[in-house]
Amino acid sequence: MPVEYPLCTKIRNKIMLAKRIIPCLDVDAGRVVKGVKFVEIRDAGDPVEVARRYNEEGADEITFLDITASSDDRETIVHVVERVASEVFIPLTVGGGIRKVDDVRRMLNAGADKVAINTAAVFNPEFVKEATSRFGSQCIVVAIDAKKVSGEGEPLRWEIFTHGGRKPTGLDAIEWAQRMTEYGAGEILLTSMDRDGTKIGFDLDLTRAISEAVTIPVIASGGVGNLQHLVDGVVQGKADAVLAASIFHFAEYSIGEAKRFMADRGVEVRL
Amino acid sequence: MARSIVVVDYGMGNLRSVSKAIEHVCAAGDQVMVTDDPQRIADADRIVFPGQGAARDCMAALSDHHLNRAILDTARDKPFLGICMGLQVLMEFSEENDGTPLLGLFPGQVRRFPDTSDANGNRLKVPHMGWSEVEQTREHALWEGIDDNARFYFVHSYFVDPTDSTLTVGATDYAARFTAALARGNLFAVQFHPEKSADAGLRLLRNFVEWQA
Repeated sequence: MPVEYPLCTKIRNKIMLAKRIIPCLDVDAGRVVKGVKFVEIRDAGDPVEVARRYNEEGADEITFLDITASSDDRETIVHVVERVASEVFIPLTVGGGIRKVDDVRRMLNAGADKVAINTAAVFNPEFVKEATSRFGSQCIVVAIDAKKVSGEGEPLRWEIFTHGGRKPTGLDAIEWAQRMTEYGAGEILLTSMDRDGTKIGFDLDLTRAISEAVTIPVIASGGVGNLQHLVDGVVQGKADAVLAASIFHFAEYSIGEAKRFMADRGVEVRL
Repeated sequence: MARSIVVVDYGMGNLRSVSKAIEHVCAAGDQVMVTDDPQRIADADRIVFPGQGAARDCMAALSDHHLNRAILDTARDKPFLGICMGLQVLMEFSEENDGTPLLGLFPGQVRRFPDTSDANGNRLKVPHMGWSEVEQTREHALWEGIDDNARFYFVHSYFVDPTDSTLTVGATDYAARFTAALARGNLFAVQFHPEKSADAGLRLLRNFVEWQA
């Protein structure tokens, strides 16, 4: 939907940027896990095949989350990115285990367009500064895992958690998002740890609070169970992009269906 | 006849996606080379000039690699495709980094998106990141087979504002209406990333590889 801006010098009053739909794939030792199910796909565990399929369905970007635990297998994600980047020509983001400037460089050289920094940003915020000044804001995504900490009737408040939502850090999510923006982050990948895996929809209050607090794009994540949730994320949550895993993996909905559903409800998408 | 296509490497950003995308649309026998060697650039049939990062860093890197002359020369005499910063540095001057002089092939400035809000008070997100429509404001061989207002993938905080508006062949609205593509003679340069723009982007790259400029 075109958004109206006030007229000023050489400024036109519209903006026609599509809201992005981003499927997310968990990759363990070079294989897609959490059971991606596609009909007519030869090897649903092969990241290249899955990425190619998502590209054909019209995904606007693809995010790989490397969940490889063993350090021996850490190198496999580099080869995954190399293979995907040679065949799939949409933006690729890689997250998981990015701790040093050299990790960022390896992913970018392999063909990733953006690298998501999560825990390392919490323990060493200067790393974000270093990475953005070295490689540019456009390729650094800061992943934020937030959980509601305010009680019933209190003003809403969220904190940053690490270790899959188990460890509180005491950092206020809104302040953290603003600080990461100042440090040069190009984008925020915001996951509600309360909603992740629940399929009851995004935490819209959280998404809107963060999106309004920063001037960089925000990707909403965590909780998508149906297509209306995607619409709610951009309309009510004011997210610039929506990320989802299971609803696409299990072929409940195709990306094309999701986009048509959103377009029918007035959301600007790339069809 | 086999073509030789050079992707200019001056250390600004990873060029793997650009070179892979071009290889993807090339014919068998065509050669795609990533290089900073001015001689190889001068010898190639076609030049792709990408770039990401800050204006000042890009200009410093071009100078360090002794590429200013090679870029300006080839931009005048063989099929030349500028991408992202490879478009911006062709202008005279950028507002970025408190003002940065550029190569000056085209009169005009590189400006930052305004700090503005929509009617509901939502601030404009910068960088402009994602898929926007490109209106084909002039016919061009590189638009062949691509729908008018097709979407391409953008990531940028600054945009070019050429003094000579007839250079513009593609325009995009992002609060400001800006030049998404400009062309003159053998040169075509785009603000978006064709190498990341799925089918429309690959078609543009194929058109470039086959372009009889």
